[in-house]
Amino acid sequence: MTEPLLKVQNLRVELTTRNGTAPVIDDVSFELHAGENLSFVGESGCGKSMTALAIMGLLPEGIGRITAGSIMFDGQELTELSQERLRRIRGNDISMIFQEPMTSLNPVYTIGEQIVEVLLAHQSISRADAWAEAATLLDAVRIPKARERLKDYPFQLSGGQRQRVMIAIALACKPKVLIADEPTTALDVTVQAQIFDLLRDLRQETGTSIILITHDMGAVAEMAERMIVMYAGRIAEIGAVDDIIGTPRHPYTKGLISCVPHVLAHVTDEKQPLTEVPGIVPSLREFGKDQCLFASRCQHRTQQCLTARPQSVNFDGAQSADCWHAGTL
Amino acid sequence: MNFLRVTITRMAYAALLLVAVLILNFTLMHLAPGDVADTIAQSAGGIDAEALEQIRREYGLDQPFIVQLGGYIGRVLQFDLGYSFFYSRPVTDLILDRLPATLLLVIAAQILALTVGVVFGVISARKPNGIFSHFVTLASLVGYSAPVFWTGLLMLVMFSLILPWFPVAGMRDVTIENGNIFIHTVDVARHLVLPMVTLASIFVALYSRLSRASMIEVLGSDYVRTAKAKGLKSNQVVYKHALKNAISPVITLAGLQLSAIVSGAVLVETVFSWPGLGTLAFQSIIARDTPTILGILFFSSLVVIVGNQVTDLVLRLVDPRVGSKK
Ligand SMILES: Nc1ncnc2c1ncn2[C@@H]1O[C@H](COP(=O)(O)OP(=O)(O)O)[C@@H](O)[C@H]1O
Ligand SMILES: [Mg+2]
Repeated sequence: MTEPLLKVQNLRVELTTRNGTAPVIDDVSFELHAGENLSFVGESGCGKSMTALAIMGLLPEGIGRITAGSIMFDGQELTELSQERLRRIRGNDISMIFQEPMTSLNPVYTIGEQIVEVLLAHQSISRADAWAEAATLLDAVRIPKARERLKDYPFQLSGGQRQRVMIAIALACKPKVLIADEPTTALDVTVQAQIFDLLRDLRQETGTSIILITHDMGAVAEMAERMIVMYAGRIAEIGAVDDIIGTPRHPYTKGLISCVPHVLAHVTDEKQPLTEVPGIVPSLREFGKDQCLFASRCQHRTQQCLTARPQSVNFDGAQSADCWHAGTL
Repeated sequence: MNFLRVTITRMAYAALLLVAVLILNFTLMHLAPGDVADTIAQSAGGIDAEALEQIRREYGLDQPFIVQLGGYIGRVLQFDLGYSFFYSRPVTDLILDRLPATLLLVIAAQILALTVGVVFGVISARKPNGIFSHFVTLASLVGYSAPVFWTGLLMLVMFSLILPWFPVAGMRDVTIENGNIFIHTVDVARHLVLPMVTLASIFVALYSRLSRASMIEVLGSDYVRTAKAKGLKSNQVVYKHALKNAISPVITLAGLQLSAIVSGAVLVETVFSWPGLGTLAFQSIIARDTPTILGILFFSSLVVIVGNQVTDLVLRLVDPRVGSKK
């Protein structure tokens, strides 16, 4: 197999808050190959966004830092790069779109200016050419009358349109990796489907690898080849989407999938919200304990689950689950 | 056009406000004991009651209040602010003579306070726990709590007496007789430094505290995170993306502080004998020169109202959402 585009190994990220320091990402490893779509699922507070921010080098300043592990991207060790080198990668080779389209654009600049500046930051291109390119990009994310809309301010756009602008900004420099952190969570259901369609089409056109973070199992089934189920800062299960959705091995994955009966239905169909697995994600303080962090919510819990962190159990087709009982369930 | 309509509406409100100020000022002055006739009588060394009545009749002071008020507003609208018996000159001339000095002081102090305040605020917001940040907090506290005349006297002692860098008083050096524009400008600028710094000191504190808080909030916002995710340089993130958003509340505050600056100018002008409206106001109050006091009140209101309009305009330039339809 070819060298992966992005290779995260034994990554550990610690957050220091008033309640002390805890590993919000705890020994996470995965690979992303060129052109691949890898999805992260898991409830809120499981560390999905932190994983994305760690890759971007944008962990909250003074709070979060990488304490162990490596992030290899395109032959470079991101955890050791200077701020300046990282800056040149951000928005250029690795881009990110966020969950909150309503607040992610700067309210006091036109969307044209906000697209143009990312082009100017990474390419030697004239301002006039950048504006022309911005119109093309806006057109590519299917905003009608692109050239005129460039002069609009964010407050003149709907949430869905703003997310399209964010996608245009993210794709402006033809990145190798696009990280989409719950790009549709804040949007209406019909708009959600449109955004997913757009992402899928753009991926086909550009060949960009995508890390898609989402709650939407339907979208995962539709768009991703491989997926990672995260729980409390750790990988609960990783593998091919078809394998995991067909035969989930981790009790948490089973719970997530069973509450979405239509998981294999088409993305554009209407969806019910995810019904939660009973119980809640432990708070950050509990992260990092030497035990199965899902144990408190698990009906298969045994003494072993409470005394040691589960090891990965591998199955056919590179599927693996971090559960003491994965093999026997 | 929307912008034009809003501007016209605001001008109309401003005019109404001015008339209200006129009525209020006049009423206040009318309620205060004593009038011009008394002052004239006093300066003449005391005159009999009949002569006093004569003067009152001459100046219309025997008319009912409402007639006097109407006459006053009518005259003001024609820019006739009356005649100062104390200075023996029309009040309008008197004020227009002094206005430039006050405007110079007020505008210079405001610009200095805003610039220094915002720079302090931004630097300390970038490192909220750094040494500079603590220094700014302390300096703000001192600057804000020190009375302005005390700061002024301190400055005078320090930078005029102990270190003879700046002139003690006034706005021009009368010994310079036939200098060119450049020499005069430098001369005025040298006189301006101490009063300007004194007046600005109170407001630097206010502005730097607000910019710091506003900047810290904006630096944690989603769009600043987006700017970083785009790979922009850190100065671009701070000055282009964050500052333009963080500055709006500071501009609003600066607008609200205009009246405080104008009244602060009265004290500062007195300390530094700066030949502006402040010293004029001070002398007129001592001399019970009603027309001049009324005129100064009117002009200060005018300065504040115009200043607020300018503030509003600047806010619109900075933030496209202000005054938009949606
Ligand atoms: N800025 C922050 N300060 C303190 N704790 C944080 C911060 N951001 C996230 N966390 C905590 O980190 C954990 C993981 O958060 P996150 O990565 O945002 O989860 P997800 O994206 O999976 O919903 C949560 O427990 C959250 O409370
Ligand atoms: Mg998240």
